[in-house]
Amino acid sequence: MVMLAFVLFLAFIGLGFDSFYLGTVNEDVFLPLGTLLAVTFGSGSALWSLQSGAKAVLRSTGAVPADPSVPGHKQLLNVVEEMTIASGLPRPSVYIIPDSDPNAFATGKNPEKSSIAVTQGMLDTLTREELQGVVAHEMSHIRNYDIRLMTVVAALFGAILLLADWARRSMWYGGGSRRKRSSAGGGGLGAILLIVWLIGIILAPLIGQLMAMAVSRKREYLADASGAELTRNPLGLASALKKLESASPPTASIKRGAAHLCIVDPLGKNINSKEGFTAELFGTHPPIEKRIIALQAMAYRYRAVTTSA
Amino acid sequence: MIIFYIFLGLVILLALWVIAKYNGLVTLRNQVTNGWKQIDVQLKRRHDLIPNLVNTVKGQMEFEQDTLEKVIQARNAAISAKGVADSAAKEDMLTSALSKLFALVENYPTLRSNENVKQLQEELTSTENKISFARQFYNDIATKFNIAQQVFPANIIASMFNIKPAELFEIQVAAEREVPTVNLSLKK
Repeated sequence: MVMLAFVLFLAFIGLGFDSFYLGTVNEDVFLPLGTLLAVTFGSGSALWSLQSGAKAVLRSTGAVPADPSVPGHKQLLNVVEEMTIASGLPRPSVYIIPDSDPNAFATGKNPEKSSIAVTQGMLDTLTREELQGVVAHEMSHIRNYDIRLMTVVAALFGAILLLADWARRSMWYGGGSRRKRSSAGGGGLGAILLIVWLIGIILAPLIGQLMAMAVSRKREYLADASGAELTRNPLGLASALKKLESASPPTASIKRGAAHLCIVDPLGKNINSKEGFTAELFGTHPPIEKRIIALQAMAYRYRAVTTSA
Repeated sequence: MIIFYIFLGLVILLALWVIAKYNGLVTLRNQVTNGWKQIDVQLKRRHDLIPNLVNTVKGQMEFEQDTLEKVIQARNAAISAKGVADSAAKEDMLTSALSKLFALVENYPTLRSNENVKQLQEELTSTENKISFARQFYNDIATKFNIAQQVFPANIIASMFNIKPAELFEIQVAAEREVPTVNLSLKK
């Protein structure tokens, strides 16, 4: 669904480019060169990032493989193994990011080739139970194929940004005369379409962002819930989130490109901790407060079920 | 002639459906068996870790020989247990003996801060968790298997090929049945 929206948006940019700039699509000719280029470019970059995106993300954060001879790392490895057993998935590789701010993310192409990265700060601040909640959350991202979805979304978003940028530039520099020629053939309808397309190009970064954010937020709630299903202990993650919220962002070693992969927003924008319309629309993550409440409700229901049984 | 072809088509469809259902059930049954084996792997690991732990803490816990003895006994009983029900009961006794030992270790500051003890404790805690997660996974997959073979019309195939429902893992010790109190007043 989302993929389709992204691809359609790419095609829209390309098609506009065709009809208004290159003049390859009108009553006489139908050769959507720009459209084809845009879609190919978008899916190409998505495929490329599937192949090597995980490694690139890990490298950019300076993550190192967890070392079983260090007690803290060993505990993390144990917790990951426990969650591997609980979920019945293959074991992901485990990485440590040398950063004192607590955060974590999962990445990879599929459950067979996935990685979980946790910052040193996370290991230092959380208890074993809380760490389990966090790892369960990340395992759920892997199990639900969120890691693949988010990698592809990030790539498509990048492609949209780039193409919209090109299109804008070519409008400003010397496209004037040719544009007149092709829109003359289109008439009144063509003019309206041109305006719609121009607005689309100008708003492309914003629209792309909104689509990417929407995907990310839904997936976070889902991962919280199915993570609790693995540990049968929603309060572990709830109290971990509480600690993460009070920790001071930003996580310096995690760049903007990987923000939507993380368990809490590493950029330290206030927007994710606020409630309300703007937070719902623009945050990569749902407000932490809301996630905690959802988890507590789960714990309450779980208790009700087990007592009555 | 046409009727014959329609009939033939229906028969082929039915055969395909039976094959698909049967294969699905066999896959699930193997996953159930694998889930059961995973529990065994973790139990074995716990049995292997216990002598190490006992040896490490023995010197400092002279006054708790009784507890240590009980852990060793429970371990040996668990290793020699026969059958599913017996093994489950013995393993649960071992679990409670171990948790008693861990509670006692808290009284010995030198032990508590000892790196070796800490590591062993972490390993055993993790193994305990793995055992319970392995059981949880086993129950989940066994339930899925049981549902898949009991719903209509798959139950016809299950009885045709003599596929039996898998047994679920149950808590044996009464104390473990009690619901742990959950503190909901997470401070703001």
